[in-house]
Amino acid sequence: MERITHNDELRRREFNLQALFIAGLGGDESAYRIFLTELSGHLRGFLRSKLQQRPSEVEDLLQEILLAVHNARQTYRVDEPLTAWVFAIARYKLTDFFRGRSRYDAFNESLEDVAELFANPHLEPAQASRDLIRLLEQLPERQRLPIVHVKIEGLSVTETAQLTGLSESAVKIGIHRGLKALAGRVRGAR
Amino acid sequence: MNTDDFISLLASGVAPVDRSMVAKRISIAVLAGFMGATLLVIAIMGIRPDLGQAMAEPIFWARIAFPLSLMIGALSMVGKLARPGIASGPGKILIVTAVFSVWVASIYVLLVSPPDERVAIILGETWKVCVLNITLLSVPGFVAVFWALKGLAPTNLRLSGACGGLLAGSMATIAYSFRCPEMQIPFWGVWYLLGMLVPTVLGALLGRRWLRW
Repeated sequence: MERITHNDELRRREFNLQALFIAGLGGDESAYRIFLTELSGHLRGFLRSKLQQRPSEVEDLLQEILLAVHNARQTYRVDEPLTAWVFAIARYKLTDFFRGRSRYDAFNESLEDVAELFANPHLEPAQASRDLIRLLEQLPERQRLPIVHVKIEGLSVTETAQLTGLSESAVKIGIHRGLKALAGRVRGAR
Repeated sequence: MNTDDFISLLASGVAPVDRSMVAKRISIAVLAGFMGATLLVIAIMGIRPDLGQAMAEPIFWARIAFPLSLMIGALSMVGKLARPGIASGPGKILIVTAVFSVWVASIYVLLVSPPDERVAIILGETWKVCVLNITLLSVPGFVAVFWALKGLAPTNLRLSGACGGLLAGSMATIAYSFRCPEMQIPFWGVWYLLGMLVPTVLGALLGRRWLRW
């Protein structure tokens, strides 16, 4: 009986997160924000259980995975379970993280169960040791300015275009490429 | 920056996404790979002078069917591997079946031909340049497919790189068919396959480094 309730719970979460994410894909900012917040709670709990030796790195890796989810969001296909998609990204980043530290042996347990992602949500954010703002500042102007104005100061694309002298499409491309470049710098800084 | 601020950054001003981006990127890569390989054949190798005559023969189309099957298989796998959490799918069955069929046909051809001609059938007249030519022709497709994958989200980098390399190699082999004079099945079963294996192995080796995201 308990097993069935557990599965129902997983299905409910899947359904809930997927609806928010799909609304986000359509440009619904507030749905996307709720999605990222809920996802970060699940991911934090998941990472805490995987990085017991290094709790200080949980928040860094969490931010890196959120950025990866954001940058890869165009590869999501609506007929596939969202949790499987997110889990594959988290597993990829976690494996890459351990490989970068050449600690193969520290990460020999397999990550096969999507349910692990929902095992212990943890909503309390900790302090990240890496400051993304500093990495952001290293990006070239045509990427940095659109991100700062649109994503941090909350200006519209049109306002940012007027302010920077870039075209509106250059602003959008700058944000898109800038966030991808940021992911590259995060990897390099690890 | 704490995580809540970072979430805020990611969410604010978020634009609607183009759902067909994966298909678009891969289509561009396939188009660029084919065009690049075809132009290279015309520019540096020249198409075979008796092409019109050769195209009238069913065996010419059977020869194209071999790399074409590998291309369709690799393309379907690349499209799936580029998305996290999706299995690579039935493409590998098509690839294995195509290679197996060519090998069975090769063995049959060799068995029914006189023993002292068998080596000549396998080597043909161009075995020395075939692998090199296919490898060379696969360069534009290789670059294009890696560009496409780099902008997507492959999580199995080695397999994605290998499938990308095979896709480039099979497109190169199709283009090379318009130049290559060899019409014996055992020749394709050895040299075409080796030619396509070069970019496949390179893709597997380079994928781990080049496709990281």
